[in-house]
Amino acid sequence: MLALFEKFRKGRFSHGIHPRYHKDATRGKAIQRLAFPPRLIVPVAQHIGAPAKPVVNVGQEVLRGQIIAEADGFMSVPVHAPATGVVSSIGLMPSAAGPKVLSIVIDVYKASSQYVLYGNPVEPETLDHDELIQRVQATGMAGLGGAAFPSHVKLRIPHGKTAHTLVVNGCECEPYLTCDHRVMLEQPQDLLQGIRYALHITGAKRAIVGIEDNKADAATAIKAALKPDDPITVKLVETKYPQGAEKMLLKSLLGVEVPAGGLPIDIGIVVNNVGTLAQLGKLLPKGEGLIERVVTVTGTNVAKAGNYLMPIGTPVRFILEQLGITADHEKVILGGPMMGMSLPSLDVPITKGTSGLLVFQERTFIGEQGETVFPCIKCSRCVDACPMHLNPAQMGWLAGKRHYAEMESDFHLNSCFECGCCSFVCPSNIPLVQYFRIAKAVNREQKGKA
Amino acid sequence: MIDASILSADTVVALGYMLALGVSLAVILAIANRFLFVYEDPRIDEVDSALPHANCGACGQAGCRVFAEKLIAGEAQPGQCTVNAPANNVAIAEFLGVDLGNQEKRVARLACAGGNHVAYNRAKYAGLHSCRGAAMVGGGGKTCTWGCLGMADCADVCEFGAISMDKNGLPVVNADKCTACGDCVDVCPKQLFELHPVSHQLWVACKNLHHGAEAEAECEVACNACERCVNDSPEGLITIRDNLATIDYSKNSLASRVSIQRCPTGAIVWLNRKGETEKGSKAKPVIRKKALPVSHA
Repeated sequence: MLALFEKFRKGRFSHGIHPRYHKDATRGKAIQRLAFPPRLIVPVAQHIGAPAKPVVNVGQEVLRGQIIAEADGFMSVPVHAPATGVVSSIGLMPSAAGPKVLSIVIDVYKASSQYVLYGNPVEPETLDHDELIQRVQATGMAGLGGAAFPSHVKLRIPHGKTAHTLVVNGCECEPYLTCDHRVMLEQPQDLLQGIRYALHITGAKRAIVGIEDNKADAATAIKAALKPDDPITVKLVETKYPQGAEKMLLKSLLGVEVPAGGLPIDIGIVVNNVGTLAQLGKLLPKGEGLIERVVTVTGTNVAKAGNYLMPIGTPVRFILEQLGITADHEKVILGGPMMGMSLPSLDVPITKGTSGLLVFQERTFIGEQGETVFPCIKCSRCVDACPMHLNPAQMGWLAGKRHYAEMESDFHLNSCFECGCCSFVCPSNIPLVQYFRIAKAVNREQKGKA
Repeated sequence: MIDASILSADTVVALGYMLALGVSLAVILAIANRFLFVYEDPRIDEVDSALPHANCGACGQAGCRVFAEKLIAGEAQPGQCTVNAPANNVAIAEFLGVDLGNQEKRVARLACAGGNHVAYNRAKYAGLHSCRGAAMVGGGGKTCTWGCLGMADCADVCEFGAISMDKNGLPVVNADKCTACGDCVDVCPKQLFELHPVSHQLWVACKNLHHGAEAEAECEVACNACERCVNDSPEGLITIRDNLATIDYSKNSLASRVSIQRCPTGAIVWLNRKGETEKGSKAKPVIRKKALPVSHA
């Protein structure tokens, strides 16, 4: 009886929030290719880890798919030319995070057919584990879900550990974003191929695709493409933010928890995003590099909102021009509205980890000096919302007094993954996540000094 | 006369118990004092009382008490406390019969001159009013991502009231009040503060790593790496490193006002003994007084 109950139990986790999803504008829009921009800005550090080392010179012609910066060590991935053109400069360019970063600027040839001429085809089934890891690194793949963690590092199982399950994250719980949804609908074969490769590399026995139940059509599409002997199951989980956080997803799908400070591999699980695996399924057999990705462009009053395939390095300004979005926008966000980054400059490029571009045109509730922040009224809504079961109110109070070390030692600051639920529900507008990010940054600096 | 009824039997018993308890506790304390006694040099209290009790850490110790202990142990010199009145330090040196030692006064200096009338803005930041907070959101609104954000985290954190914000949103350090404790150095998200002895008078007030017009497009007073100061200075005093003039203070004795004269933007300055900032004669004058608007360039 209990087993029967388990079978029909919808995957869920406790706490979390239900924001308005705003996905209707783009969920029905098929992936379209955006025009090539005249100029691409390609940062050498688009992933977590050591920045890639440029291997081209200013004035050199590059072909679409050619390596322009090579991986610097194992915790690094190469960067490929997203379009045929000429390198016009290599220097510091603005980034979404703030500091200027070393970028390779390519003037794109207008007359080029932009075919990918570089490739090193291979049958992944015939390669052994180490060769496959190298191959994955050579594709330059980094997690396309947002964090941009190098994929080959994630797929390599550390010594002494084994993976039994591959969890494929198709939740896309951030409001507005629909790029993963479209990838699942339109490219289920690539996705399944990528899952098969990932199973092969990690040695996991089964794969579970977790999809929020507002994207049931995607689940149907993937199920329809399954082969009978695939050890892959598709499971719907509750639509709730942050369902797509790997710790929440594991709780929902398998009922397991990752130990604090640990990784899913500590309990034998590898988690990958659907977009990443779909690209892997496409690129690995062809031996090509990651040079383009699907980005959801949407927001308020965006007439041509949709899911666009664009080369990596496309400047935000060009995208806005192409879609006829004029200057009177109030705020442009790279990524989702909950965890994305508000842009300081429109000359910031799309990178491997960019899943969305949100443009908000009307002046919302933000006043001249920002939102008015009121004192904490101890309503405990943040405590009820925090999916990690932390105490954001207490930590916010400590952060106001700059007691950052205490937040980490006594209140598990490092378990916070900055999902933004606490700030979202706070009736006093206290910028809690902002405080926590500051606290983490200061603690990191202090540790670096010690 | 004491009322006889107070001295009833019960009262006597109670007083007796109190007396016995007092005596027994006194015995325990006496024993504890004998066997658990820790000797502390009485001079530590004496010296400690002459220290400023700011516990700022500028001497490199964890606080005034620890500094006093180190002084007694001969591991520190009274002159290392730059906060104390000089007379008190002399008194400590005489009391301990040691050399005063001399620590040149150090002050915090800001490596940015980009106030809101000269540094351009590319976006408007509206959020938590804190430099660190603004730095987290795309590096803040300033076009120059190395520059001062002007939200006074340093002035907030300074316990000596040595930092105030000027009308252009730049922190100004009052050298008399600054104890070189380093709190502003730690708090600045752009790492713009450095602690320097007052004898380091040549100073590059910029951290912009762009070259030429690119640097000046971000801030009127940026170092544009033109190398004029390098050519005008004794060999090795100034070098251009990553498009920024960098002073080698080990050659500080060679420094003079000559180095700053031809600087076109006034990024390299001479800090004179009166606490004023002197710019070179060729530096372009800054006439604008109002803050620059946000340009989406």
